[in-house]
Amino acid sequence: METKLYTITVFSENTVGLLGQITIIFTRRSINIETLSVSPSALKGIHKFTITLFATEDVVSKVVKQIDKRVDILKAYYNTDEDLVFQEIALYKVATEKLLAQGSIEELIRKYHIRILEMNNDFVVLQKAGHYNETQQMFEELRDSVGVLQFIRSGRVAITRSKVERLSDMLETIQEQYEKSKIAE
Amino acid sequence: MQALVAEGVDTIFGYPGGAIMPTFDALFDYDKQINHILTRHEQGATHAAQGYARVSGKVGVCLVTSGPAATNAITGIADAMLDSTPMVVVTGQVGSALLGTDAFQEIDVVGVSQPITKWSYQIRRAEDIAWAVARAFYIARSGRPGPVVLDFAKNAQVQEVVFDYKPCTFIRSYLPIPEVQPEQIEAAAALINGAKKPFALVGQGVVLANAEKELKEFLEKGNIPAAWTLLGASAMPSDFPLNKGFLGMHGNVAPNMKTNECDVLIAIGMRFDDRVTGDLKTYAKQAKIIHLDIDAAEIGKNVIPDAPVLGSAKDTLPALTAKLNPAKHDEWIASFEEFEKLEYEKVIQREVHPESGEMTMGEVIHKVSEATLNNAVIVTDVGQNQMMAARYSRYSQTRSLVTSGGLGTMGFGIPAAMGAKMGAPERTVCMFSGDGGFQMTIQELGTIMQEQIGVKMIILNNHFLGMVRQWQEMFFEERYSFTEMQNPDFIAIAKAYRIEGTEVHKRDELDAAIADMLKDDKPYLLVVNVEKKGMVFPMVPAGACVTNILLGD
Repeated sequence: METKLYTITVFSENTVGLLGQITIIFTRRSINIETLSVSPSALKGIHKFTITLFATEDVVSKVVKQIDKRVDILKAYYNTDEDLVFQEIALYKVATEKLLAQGSIEELIRKYHIRILEMNNDFVVLQKAGHYNETQQMFEELRDSVGVLQFIRSGRVAITRSKVERLSDMLETIQEQYEKSKIAE
Repeated sequence: MQALVAEGVDTIFGYPGGAIMPTFDALFDYDKQINHILTRHEQGATHAAQGYARVSGKVGVCLVTSGPAATNAITGIADAMLDSTPMVVVTGQVGSALLGTDAFQEIDVVGVSQPITKWSYQIRRAEDIAWAVARAFYIARSGRPGPVVLDFAKNAQVQEVVFDYKPCTFIRSYLPIPEVQPEQIEAAAALINGAKKPFALVGQGVVLANAEKELKEFLEKGNIPAAWTLLGASAMPSDFPLNKGFLGMHGNVAPNMKTNECDVLIAIGMRFDDRVTGDLKTYAKQAKIIHLDIDAAEIGKNVIPDAPVLGSAKDTLPALTAKLNPAKHDEWIASFEEFEKLEYEKVIQREVHPESGEMTMGEVIHKVSEATLNNAVIVTDVGQNQMMAARYSRYSQTRSLVTSGGLGTMGFGIPAAMGAKMGAPERTVCMFSGDGGFQMTIQELGTIMQEQIGVKMIILNNHFLGMVRQWQEMFFEERYSFTEMQNPDFIAIAKAYRIEGTEVHKRDELDAAIADMLKDDKPYLLVVNVEKKGMVFPMVPAGACVTNILLGD
């Protein structure tokens, strides 16, 4: 079966050790996590994990079921790139002297839509947001021209192409069902 | 303690130590409400809690200290995870201020137990006790049951709080019993109604859902022959006409052969374990597959069903039965007989009714089962004794076989039998063990002595690690690498623990010894010296096709 890049999105309660619970599911099957980012979601008290991995659909669907099964996980699902709007962010540190020596940086800024976050006599920190291949291309160009002192790329953040965060609907349904069952009792 | 009483806990298996002493001190004042059983090792406490839970359907409870006690408990926790046994294990932990400092007897219990628990939580403040205990019991017992660990920091054990206990009935991130989907029921019913050769596989999910009656009605209306997994044993009585026996590696011939002959395979609360399916590439390829399970992660995990049915067997079976057309499959059911006859002639007769030679495991189990009128709870250790006990015991009521299925834990037998007797005191509990497994938790004889737990222990002594020896004979060119055992005088050991016992060497002594064992409700050890080179047949070799079943002839 074909291996592809999948993005797994996980919503969880904000409890200690959640990340461990998720990563052991990957470790047990010796699957590498390509990127990972964790942050509070739009809903108070709920955290969102965005994980990318290369796998077959069979594997990724089973991994997602195992994640979803954990008690403190609200919802887990997976998407391919077509279903998502996604972004990564990269920071590049280069020597000021070398950057200036190569002439105008306007061209570079226009070409890559760069922001300059810090600049001093010793170094410049550049920021670029984009897809992996875009941030990678800029890294390679800088490395070959002026050299890169430090480089860091974030994990992927992603948003589905559907209108609202599916989770809010799901939570409402769960709550309604619970209220109903309480009344039924 | 109040929280445990509020959850209806009346029995705890435990072992005190430094980081749990405040809790044990509190327990001292609750001796009227809670019966604490002091085991001789924390592993014993966990298996005892498992045995208790498996026969009673209640949550088994363990109370142990931190560090080594927690790691000793890990085997039983893992066992309960794989066999979906409801259990709450409370481990002591160093005070919150010392966490992460490598303090005396500190280990990361939550971290260690997370992969093998349904839920694992550290209580750091007394305010959280009531909430965490309520949640722990709810998670352990609801949906697909499993073990929960509560790691209880010492400072939280001594703080005083106003007791405010509310039972937990809802966790928004957790849906224990999925709602029945009518379209799934329709699809499954249509397949069954169209079937000429339907065949059902019964797993522990039926027992855990208390759906034995619903199962019977389903099978009878559809006239569907059924077989059981190791943990599904006794979900149907042995004499139920549609009960066609035991599945899998050491199961019966007919159900294994018929798996690859049926046209619709209906799996009910079972997880297509490799010991049941053998080679998945050749498993039931001709059949449409229906999979009833409460756990969405089980559906499609090993075998991809044509018709998945998510939900508790308690709900899905009656829904399905309602949609079934009453059917007759006489010819199909009668076709099992050919293989039953073959197995009887080639295997069962010589195992259960040998006319000469040394005693066999099968005949001992058969005699014990008959002597208890097939009413006993059978507890096993792991290995040949386990497969023989599952095969040759007969079951008249549910929850009658307690065995370590998924993890296959040697040493499970003695402590699990203690727990089973505590969980079903009115029933006779017979425990079959090999000479190997018995010595893995032999110290629990001390618990049996102290509490006078009336378990009937039978060692099927072949002076070998029999199952490994069998594999060595069959697959490793008879190279018997470290499987022969020099054994102690088991009866003398029992005597030292003031437990009555008899050792049997000859066939003509066996009946009298079994009668002696069952004469009262006191603990008893029966050692039966069986043939050294006995083998469990039939056998589907690991990873082979289920129809490639060896009869040992």
